[in-house]
Amino acid sequence: MENFKIRWFQWAAPQSFYPLAGRLWPFFGVIAAVLALAALYLGFFVAPTDFQQGEGYRIIFVHVPASWMSMVIYLAMAFWAFLGFTFNTRLSGMMTQALAPTGAMFTFLSLWTGALWGKPMWGAWWVWDARLTSELILFFLYMGYIALTSAIDDPRRADRAGGLLALVGAVNVPIIYFSVKWWNTLHQGASVSVTKGSSMAQTMLWAMLLMALAFWAYSIAMALYRVRTIILVRERHTQWVQEVAA
Amino acid sequence: MIWESWDAFWAMGGYGPYVWGSYGVVLLCIAIEITSARAAHGASVQSVRAVQEETDHDTTP
Repeated sequence: MENFKIRWFQWAAPQSFYPLAGRLWPFFGVIAAVLALAALYLGFFVAPTDFQQGEGYRIIFVHVPASWMSMVIYLAMAFWAFLGFTFNTRLSGMMTQALAPTGAMFTFLSLWTGALWGKPMWGAWWVWDARLTSELILFFLYMGYIALTSAIDDPRRADRAGGLLALVGAVNVPIIYFSVKWWNTLHQGASVSVTKGSSMAQTMLWAMLLMALAFWAYSIAMALYRVRTIILVRERHTQWVQEVAA
Repeated sequence: MIWESWDAFWAMGGYGPYVWGSYGVVLLCIAIEITSARAAHGASVQSVRAVQEETDHDTTP
């Protein structure tokens, strides 16, 4: 147990995490590509036409996974921010920062694909209902985090300010998730639920879950790739970085 | 094959612009993110090299 504990903190040092992340990101990148291709094949060539929404429903295979990732990544940022405040490890703030752009991207994609789905099905690109509005707030939280951390020159202070925003903003995530239950929204309720299972056809569900796993692997790959960049910039004056780059 | 032809596939039962507008932008965003992350990494390596040259310069008598 004592050994186990020491090992975890050892990886928390940028110097030892840098080569580990370098070995791991290509692995997650390949997994993401393979899963995405499988999901696209299932989604476009196996999954049947929806009896209500015709072929338009196929947007679901990117819309739902992107929306899930937008929330999961924000929670991951809050988790790293919490670790940063608790243990004061340098890597935590770097991980929070490495995740933010990918999270912002998935939030934008959730809103974008939602608009393109809403127009033909509801007749509107956008409505101010609880689900859509809280997701838009999530997008502003990501943008706020990125703007705040890049406006503060001292990286440690940027980590603390950003970490606080990540932690406080995390309150919004359950609001997004439960908004369709708490309020009378135009947005439909969940098609997949932990308690009730799924109301979708098997192949549709598989295509969606595979794409969700692909996005998950992609996000991990991107975060690991980006954290190496952040480590290099922040530690560029140290001996070990000079040796790595030489 | 669930599609009668490639034309039918691209038409998506009349939802073509919405479906391909979604997938196209997803692909575009991922391409932009990967490109910018690679560029940022290249720039970070350059910034390390710049520090290296500075220190090399300082130590030369």
